[in-house]
Order: sequence, then structure tokens, then C-alpha cells
Amino acid sequence: MGDIWRSNQREVIAVIVLAILLTLYFSTHPSGPTTYVMTIWANQCLILGLAAIAQFFAVIVRGIDLSVGAVMALTNCIASYLIIGTGLEVAGGILVVLAVGITCGLINGMLVVFGRIQPIVATLATGSLFLGIALLLRPTPGGSIDYDISDVMTLDIFGIPTTLIFALGIITFFWLPLRKTGLGTGLYAVGSSEQAAYQSGISVEKVRLASFALGGFFAALAGLFFSFVTTTGDAGIGPNFTLNSIAAVVLGGVLLRGGIGTLTGALAGAFILKTISSLMFFSGLPPLAQPLLEGLILAGAIAIGGADVLRVKNRLEVFGK
Amino acid sequence: MNNFKRLIPDIDVLVPYIGTLLLIITGSVIYPQILGVDYLAQQLQIAAFLGLLALGATIVILLGHIDLSIAWVLTGSAIISTALVGTGDPILSMLSIPIALIFGAGIGIINGLGVAVLRIPSMVWTLSVNSMLLGISVVLTGGFNPKGEASDIMVALATSQISGLPLAFIIWMLVTAALVLLLKKTSFGRYLSSVGYNEKATLLSGVSTPSVIIAAFSIAGICSAMGGVLLAGYANQAYQSMGDPFLLPTIAAVVIGGTSILGGRGSIAGTVGGVLFITLLNSILSVMQISDAWRSIIFGLIIITMLLFQSLRKKRT
Repeated sequence: MGDIWRSNQREVIAVIVLAILLTLYFSTHPSGPTTYVMTIWANQCLILGLAAIAQFFAVIVRGIDLSVGAVMALTNCIASYLIIGTGLEVAGGILVVLAVGITCGLINGMLVVFGRIQPIVATLATGSLFLGIALLLRPTPGGSIDYDISDVMTLDIFGIPTTLIFALGIITFFWLPLRKTGLGTGLYAVGSSEQAAYQSGISVEKVRLASFALGGFFAALAGLFFSFVTTTGDAGIGPNFTLNSIAAVVLGGVLLRGGIGTLTGALAGAFILKTISSLMFFSGLPPLAQPLLEGLILAGAIAIGGADVLRVKNRLEVFGK
Repeated sequence: MNNFKRLIPDIDVLVPYIGTLLLIITGSVIYPQILGVDYLAQQLQIAAFLGLLALGATIVILLGHIDLSIAWVLTGSAIISTALVGTGDPILSMLSIPIALIFGAGIGIINGLGVAVLRIPSMVWTLSVNSMLLGISVVLTGGFNPKGEASDIMVALATSQISGLPLAFIIWMLVTAALVLLLKKTSFGRYLSSVGYNEKATLLSGVSTPSVIIAAFSIAGICSAMGGVLLAGYANQAYQSMGDPFLLPTIAAVVIGGTSILGGRGSIAGTVGGVLFITLLNSILSVMQISDAWRSIIFGLIIITMLLFQSLRKKRT
């Protein structure tokens, strides 16, 4: 029991915090926990959640992805051209959007693996590239997304928000099985110690590439859901999502130095972050004070995570590995 | 032989300067006015804003950390200095620049404390400091552009010229020289790189690594604040999020200048070259009147090319 607690401590704390925030949110919301309120909340959370998952795949192998927002903007703009028309056209459009995301991820991965550029600067540069292409496609916001598919993806099934079911689906049918595969183990091995992973016969290069490709895939999914919610294409959506995705993975207990944390944690972190801002919106606090409070809560949460250091007896332990 | 080697600068440092020359040459083929004295002097003036920010960022990156609060330290110091001048009080107006710089140093110390004492990754901590500064500014200004104006001194610092050279450029060069001396001639400079290489070993050698980290972040804060004061003088006002477009070019300039993002290795001279390169690239792209989209694409591609050039060259040797 102790072991299970210790190995999942961070995620459990994140989920408890989320539950408390959520109770607060639904009790302060003027209309209470109706399906409608739940759906809007879940939609907003899932978009950031998917961006956080994209960030998670970069962070877990000891990288960082500053192009998450740009990939979202690019896929959002492409979606606003392609996801319209007959069922077949819509399905094809979704496939193209996801393929573009994976390609962006692979470009990042190849620059990091073969170009030997540090992830933070490589993705900084590719972010500028992807954003430029997005601006080329949509210099001003516009276009439209098929309403039927948008409704299906962003409303509810028997009173449960579709996006919430989707989030649970990702954990159950993608993340938990992935953990058991060689790639799942490889992600953690490469993130913890590249050298040890290499010497254990793991193909570090392939794992990194796969990880960045998965990151691109989830950034595209985030862009896709953003499109379903807004039903329009906008190249300017990126910057906020990039920074918030980093904050979300940290809140969810993923360590930026790699190797520690889970996809579930990243998702929970994103839900916490979004719930805090929704909570503020209905709390009756002066709107002008809200950005400051959001910043304070974020800094507080992160500082509490860092407070472990004050309990360390041997000063050298704080350096980690 | 060793002395001879020292005379030839490291190729990493030369790369951005060569890039800048290539830009000027190719640019002047299309637009001959690029070779004009006026145009080049104007570029040096504009480069000074990015240049000051990049100097601070280099110090922090040498340490193996990163400062993402640049944007709002810049905006904050611009708001503070213009607001003090805007009060009309001659004493407050005199003190506006020192107070703005103290503000920068103070935020730098907060950044450094979080990183050195609480051991929070600098990327997250400075990001949340940035969002708190944004929040404070929204509360204080009501989300509108703050009232106030730049003092005559600020305007002069940012826009006047001394024998053909922009004063802003001279300030940038003076700060550069001071930081080069600090890095080369003092023990602080050596500690900085050694913390970047291996913090544990540096602490075990008896260096108070937390003080080195806090000092480095406060230098970076002062540099960002100087950038903010000059930019406020240049625009004759402060405005919300005036610093946002500077963050990414700053980091790009440092990295193009050959400073390793992992810390320990790099140089101020390289950063200056990186700043000149990026300023000129942006300027030429806007002279050519191409759309934002293509500017962003070309910017990304050129930075990728330069990074690839640097890292693949190292791989060979």
C-alpha cells in the first residue's frame, strides 16, 4: 500500500485538488452542475488537457516543446479549410489534420535527435515556422468547421460531456496500455538516464522520435478540439497554450528534468488550471484582480511543490541526480 | 602557440557576425540603401533594446537557467518610470530611472530566490513571476495603457546621437564591456560558468552557489529594466505587453551567439553578434515588405539553419 501511495503520490494529490476545486466550482456556479455547465467546463479543460499531454511527451524524455501552441494554431487553421462537407470529406480532413500534427512532431524530433539541437531552441524555431504557415493559411480569423461533427464532439452523451468521455478514453485505451509496452518503458528510461537507457539496449533515438511524434499528434488533437469548440480558424491562439501547457504538466506532478510523471497527471494539471480560471470567472471577484490571483495561485502551487527542499537534511540531495 | 590561439576568436562567436555581413551584402544587392550610414545607425539604435535584454539573458543562460520574466520586467519598468515622470514631481521624475532599475533588480532577486533556495525549475518559476507581474500591472492600470510619459533624459538616452553613433548603442556597448570584465576578471564570472557546468561540484568547492544564482538573476533583471526604460524613452510612453515580442528573439540571439542553453559555455561577444544578426534580419524582412506569415517562416528557417550549422560542425570535430 505504501509503495502504491509513494509511486502515485503526485497524481493522487493532483486529483484530490481537482475534486475540491470542481466541487467549489459547481457550488458557486449560478446554474449549478447542469449538463450544460459541465459540458462547457469539460470542453475548455480538454483542449488544455490535450496540449498538456503534448507537452508531457516532450518533458518525459527530458525535453520541452515550445511549439505546442503553434502546432495547435496550424492544425486549427487547416481544420477550418478541410473539416467541412460530406462525412467522407470530414473524416479525410480529420486524418490530414492529425497527420500534419505528427509531421510537425517528427520535424521537432529529427532536429533534436539528428540535428542535436536542444529541444527548447529547436522547438522555439520550428514554432515560428509553424506559426508562419498558420498565418499564411489564415491571415485573419475565419473559415468554418462542420457543425454536425462539432456538435457530436462537444456536446454530451446521456448527460455526460463527450469530451470527458474522450479524456477517460485516452487514459484507459491509450495511456495505460502504452505504459506496458516497450515504448512506454523506454520513455521513462530515456528521461531518467539516457546513458543507462542506451546501455540497456534501448534505441534512444527511436524513443525520442516517437515521443515527439506523439507530442505532435496530441497537439493536433488539441487544435482539432479547439476547432470543434470555436468552429473557426485562428492563427493567434498559440502563445497562451504553450505557456499554460508547461504550467499544467508541472502542476500535474511531471518533473521538468524528465523521467517522472504520468499522462494522467498532466491531464489533471490542465483540468486544475482551467477550473481555477473558470472558478474565478464566476466567483464575483473583481475581473481586474483575476490575472493576478491566477498568477499567485500558480506560483503558490509550484512553490509548495518546491518546499520539499526545505526538509532535506543533506544539502547535496537537492541537486537530484 | 597558446597565446596565438587566444588571439583568434572562437568560431562560435564569429558565426553570427559572418551571418550579419552576409545579410548586409545580400540585402544591399536588392536594396542599395541598406549600405547607407543612416540606415545602419538606425539598426544599431534598435538593436540596443534587444541587446540589453540579451546581455542579461546570457548571464542567466550561462548559469544553466532561463529567465522567462523578461517581457514583464521590461513592461513593468517602463510603466514605473513613465508613471513617475507623469506625476509631474521633479524629484520623482529624476528618480524614475534608478527606481525602475531597482525594480528590475528586485524581481531578479525574487527569481533567484525561487530558483536557488526553493529549487523550482527556473523555466516555471520565472514564468509564474512573469504572470504575477502581468496581474499586478492589470490591477494597477485597469488594463488600459498606463498614463505617463518619458522624461527628457529617457528620450535622449533612447534617441539622441553622439558624433553619429546612437546613444542607446553606446549604452549597450558600455554595459557589454562591464559584463565582459565581470565575467573575465572577477571570481563571480568563473563561478557563473562553473555553476553552469556542475553546480554540485561548485558548491563542494566552497562557493556559495545560491548567492551566485541570485546575483546573476538580479543582473538579468537590471538589464531587462534598462531595456524597458530605453524602450519607453523611444516610444515616449509605456504600453501593456510592450515586452512580449522581445522574449523569443532574446533567447534566439543568445543561442545563435554560441551560448549553450545547458549552461557553462558561451560568450557575451557572441550574444552581441546574435543581436545584430536578428535585428538586421527583422529589419531587412520588413524593408522587403513581406507579410508577417513569411517573416515568421523565414525567421524560423534561418534560425534552424544556424543552429544546425553550429551543432553539426561540433559533431564533426
